[in-house]
Formats: sequence, structure tokens, C-alpha cells
Amino acid sequence: MTARPPLAMLAELTHRCPLSCPYCSNPLDLLRKEAELSTGDWADAFRQAADLGVLHVHLSGGEPASRRDLEELVVAARQAGLYTNLITSGIGLTERRLKALDEAGLDHVQLSLQGTDAAMADRIGGYRGGFERKMQVAEWIGATGFPLTLNAVVHRQNLHQLPEALDMAVRIGARRIEVAIVQFHGWAMRNRAALMPTRAQAEEAKRIVEEARKRLLGTLVIDFVPADYHEEYPKSCMGGWGSTGLNIAPDGTVLPCHAAQTIPHLSFDTVHDRPLREIWYDSAAFNAYRGDDWMPELCRTCDRKHIDHGGCRCQALALAGDAGATDPVCAKSPLHAGLRAKAEAFAAGPDDNLTYRTLPPA
Amino acid sequence: MSITPASVPVLPRGVRLHHDRVRDTWVLLAPERAIRLDPVGHAVLAEIDGTRSFATIVATLAGKYDAPPERIAEDSRGLLTGLLNRRMLELTE
Repeated sequence: MTARPPLAMLAELTHRCPLSCPYCSNPLDLLRKEAELSTGDWADAFRQAADLGVLHVHLSGGEPASRRDLEELVVAARQAGLYTNLITSGIGLTERRLKALDEAGLDHVQLSLQGTDAAMADRIGGYRGGFERKMQVAEWIGATGFPLTLNAVVHRQNLHQLPEALDMAVRIGARRIEVAIVQFHGWAMRNRAALMPTRAQAEEAKRIVEEARKRLLGTLVIDFVPADYHEEYPKSCMGGWGSTGLNIAPDGTVLPCHAAQTIPHLSFDTVHDRPLREIWYDSAAFNAYRGDDWMPELCRTCDRKHIDHGGCRCQALALAGDAGATDPVCAKSPLHAGLRAKAEAFAAGPDDNLTYRTLPPA
Repeated sequence: MSITPASVPVLPRGVRLHHDRVRDTWVLLAPERAIRLDPVGHAVLAEIDGTRSFATIVATLAGKYDAPPERIAEDSRGLLTGLLNRRMLELTE
């Protein structure tokens, strides 16, 4: 199987974050500052990524603003020829830092939204004053002139705020909004009973997005990630394993997706071990679920195999106990009916039982 | 918003032409999007400078490629309208 060059790279600069969202996509074993790659290591990784064919780098975390060298990293990524996107909660950004990021050549800012008012956002983010601060940062982002995307992560407890989130995006001048219903990986797996949307909510969200896309054509671009436990077909996770994008964890581990380390039989190289090119094309981990040779019969003979690629490998492991199984979200999976029942049971769970992400004790 | 001959198209901040040296092609880079451009698409976008009108751009391309202006206007309008709807292009007039 010949792989094509990757288009995008998620650079998880740090796991440090002032927020502690209960659906954080970082792994349960968070890395500490001491383990993080240096400025020079990242600059080298950016050059290698650009040489490999990457066009977009997403500077993420944790909270990337927790890195004091963020401005230098943007300069390095732009020098490598990459389109730079900052994925941030806004906390840790000041007017001065945004000006410095502007001078560094940052292309675009993606600001996360935990809720459309302080009561919701601060409770979900686990950070008092966070919402007010974020709204201030949004204003500075606009004043600096950065194009802005809002990233609204929605779930059972805040889905009723979706119309307001869309209005807010227009009001603050965002060009895009990503409406992402929580995907259950990482910390979110511990919070399925508190966050799982009801089936009715999942349907309503689709209807709202569809209506808004028509109404706001040319004003606001809306990307939507549906509630996949309630879907008939699985998500096209990463556009196919090892096909489009790669992640680098804060310590330099190179991953096909941010949850890949949950698959215990795979081992992953770091940028210290081998060149990025070798890791992308030749490593066992990147080749493990590339193409369709690995697929179970059910997927290999399915006419949707090039649409959803059998779904998410990490989800197959988490729900079916086998990373090489059909994603149980698929209606053709023998586990689909069980998953649907589980989703409905979770959706009836209590709201007040949030497990926030936390760093392990030192 | 629709494109008239007097419209002045401009690529907004965060949207830029980029030569993809690995795939040896031109792409239009935007937030979360990379659009691979064929030679026609690249020729049209390369004329956009934020000062010249759609009519001027069409006339320039018609001269450069010795092609009927109506045909160029039609092709360009299709491409640019698609970009407008995706917030990857703005009109200053």
C-alpha cells in the first residue's frame, strides 16, 4: 500500500492548560512540562513536516499559550512554509501577545467555546472567569485582524445554547464555526453519562445546523461533527488512518491520531528516534490500519469502505475490544444495537457528575 | 452577494495562494481548507490584487490567453462565487 503525503499536522505543544474540560481529548496520562519538546525540536519537526507535504499545522495543546515560546514557534512554522492555525481557549493570550503572534505571521485563530454564558462555560471549563476573559480575547483577536473560527463543543448540557453560539459567531465576526458534538475518547469516556446527548438533541442539532447553513451562506461557514453514538454510519476518522494527517504529542511522539496511544499493541516512534518521513511511510504503527487490507470482511466488502474507512480504530478498541473491528457505530456492526441502548442509557444519566481532567500527582 | 463587473474581489486575510512544492501544484490555503487549483483556477486567482475589478480581470485574462471574454467571465464567476460562499473571498464593491 503506497501512502500519499500528509496534508495536516496537529502539534500538541503542551498538555498544560488552565481549563479542565471533562471532554478533553488529551490522554488520561498527561505529560508534564519537563517532558515537552524544545523550541528547536519543534522547529525541526515543522521543517520535516513541510518537506513531507504538510500544508497546515494546527498549534494546539493543552493550551498552546502556556508555551512561552509560542511566538517563536509560529515564526518557525511560517519559515518552514506552513499555514499556521492556533487552537486556543484564549486563556493566556494578552493584547500584547496577540500583536506578537501577528508579527510572527500567525494565519488564523480557532477559539474554543465551552458555553455561551459564564455560568455554563466556567462550569464546563472548570475555570472561573474564563468566559469573561475569552470574550475579551475574542475582541482583541478581531481588533488584531486575525480570521477567527469558533469551536463550540456541545453535549447534552449545553446543546440548547447552539442557536446562541451561531448568533455569537456572527456577532463577533467569525468566518467559521465548528459545531462539534463531544466525541467519546480520552477524558470524555469518563463522562459519558454526564455528556451524552439525547437522541432528540442529536436530531435537533442537525436540523439547526442545516437551517443555519442556508440562512448564513456567505456569512458563516459551519462545520459539524454529529453525535456519532446516535448515527447509522461511523465517522471517517482522520479521513482514514495514516492517510491525511498526523499528530505530534508534547514529548515528540508521532501519532496517527490523538487517541492512538490507547491501542496497546502499537508502539510509536518519537521525532528523536527517526525522521518524520520514515515514521509516516515506514513505521508499523502508521501502516497498521492504512488502506483496507486490515479490514474485517464486513468492511472490506462494504460499498462505504472508502467513505468512512471502517470508522474509528480507537473507538473500535474501546467499544468492541478490538482496534481492527468495525466501529460499533456502524449499523452493520453486530454491536450496533447494544451501543444504541448504551447511548440511550448514558443520555438519561445525571448532569452533576463531571470528572474534570487533572494532572497526575508529581 | 453576487459578482458584478464592477466588483473588486480580494482574498481576505488568512486565505492565500501557495505553491505546493511536494505535489507540484498551486493550492489556495484557508482555515482548515486547502483547495488544489488547476491552471485555470490559478490564473484567475493570481489576477486578484484587491484593486482591479472583475471586468478588468476578465479582460486581462481574455487578452493573455486569447480566449472569449464571455467564457472566461462564466468560468471565473463560478469559481469566485464558490469561494465567496465559503468565506474565502470578499468583494470590496
